[in-house]
Amino acid sequence: MTQNNMSQNKKSRDTIAQTLLVATVLCVVCSVLVASAAVGLRGRQEANKRLDKKKNVLIAAELFNKKEQADSEIDGIFETSIERVLIDLETGEIADPSVVDPETYDPRAASRNSELSLPIEPASKLGGIKRREKYAFVYRVKGPSGETAEQITKVVLPIYGKGLWSTLYGFIAISVDGTTIEGITFYQHGETPGLGAEIENPNWQGLWKGKQLLDKDKEIAITVIKGAVNANSAAAAHQVDGLSGATITCSGVTQLVRYWMGPEGFGPYLEKLRQTGGSDG
Amino acid sequence: MAEPKPREVLLGPIFDDNQMIGRVVLGVCSALAVTSKMDTAFTMAISVTAVLGCSNAAISLIRNYIPSSIRIIVQMTIISTLVILVDQILKAFAFDVSKQMSVFVGLIITNCIVMGRAEAFAMSHRPGISALDGIGCALGYSLILMIVAFFRELFGSGTVWGFEVFSLVKNGGWYVPNGLLLLPPSAFFLIGFLIWALRTWKPEQVEHEG
Repeated sequence: MTQNNMSQNKKSRDTIAQTLLVATVLCVVCSVLVASAAVGLRGRQEANKRLDKKKNVLIAAELFNKKEQADSEIDGIFETSIERVLIDLETGEIADPSVVDPETYDPRAASRNSELSLPIEPASKLGGIKRREKYAFVYRVKGPSGETAEQITKVVLPIYGKGLWSTLYGFIAISVDGTTIEGITFYQHGETPGLGAEIENPNWQGLWKGKQLLDKDKEIAITVIKGAVNANSAAAAHQVDGLSGATITCSGVTQLVRYWMGPEGFGPYLEKLRQTGGSDG
Repeated sequence: MAEPKPREVLLGPIFDDNQMIGRVVLGVCSALAVTSKMDTAFTMAISVTAVLGCSNAAISLIRNYIPSSIRIIVQMTIISTLVILVDQILKAFAFDVSKQMSVFVGLIITNCIVMGRAEAFAMSHRPGISALDGIGCALGYSLILMIVAFFRELFGSGTVWGFEVFSLVKNGGWYVPNGLLLLPPSAFFLIGFLIWALRTWKPEQVEHEG
């Protein structure tokens, strides 16, 4: 390219027409690329998300260890040890299949559908989430395979609520006594890495194991406290260490666990579990 | 303008003109976040290499059409598009890693090296050589990332690439891990040592006052 040509070229590209043209073409090309990647890869991404959810059910139930087992084993373990049932949260009974089909039911879509959801009153109970679905999945964990296959040892319940920036989605495993926490996981959130995102930390999640939901008076007492739990205090069985630098995330966790374990959440179901000890079939 | 040699452009930025710890110190923030484990650091390195190579090539390809008044935003748009593509691909094919990296893939957009190379090199060179320059600079960045991750993982959790090297006390071994190395600020110290080492080896990279 000659010098003359260069300077001419330079002039013409700074005109308003050229500027607008370049900006428009660039925007169109980039948005087509982004959109086609998002659409083209959606199937795989959704499949990954589903598998991740199953994996977290298994982790909460202590049936899967990230370090020792491969992702390809998830479906198999899920198939043999987990039984998924859809329950009506209000009664704690298994939902009538003629009203909702468990195969197609999507809790997140249901919470936006006014027929399948109820308002949360007041909304501050769950950090500002306004409605919750009427029906929820319960993952029943069967005993060691073989002998007493029908005996339920614990149940894994989906929980969600607001943290600081985002909605936290997770699972909590409760023993058939209806009060002992067997495990907790969070699989989707948008909290600050290193601070609030530490709710994903397996060591912290491990602190929940063995804690009691209910106190002597059958009131929900589980709390994530600030700082470390004093093991000698009377309330230690209902307290979990807080995460430093993540106060609001932690109070969100307390709130959502209490909500979902309480009378408006899985309370009726857990009450039944306490009475029958898991042999409700 | 003399056309730079491909070999120099590709390999130069690894030691002689490293963008991260050489004369300029760029892109440090991501090094703090993703270097506590080698496998995440490696994914970050690959992602940055892909983005930097492609963004340099793409920007160089249209460099003669970009009006100078909007060139920064044009570069930014191209870089952002590439980063979103990388993020989507990771979510589809390496879900666990993408979950661990969370927002940091998106933050490649703000990695100063990417934009720095677009502005400093791609805007004035041909596409082929620009792509090489991008890959070269990314290799320099990746090398530092991997060195930092190696030390942080080895002394912070006693493993290298997930394999146990030092057996930890809590698993019945002898090594008490250094918790500081698992926290982001430790990368600052390590990068400081690396800058010191590099400038001792190649004194011409020390900036002189005045």
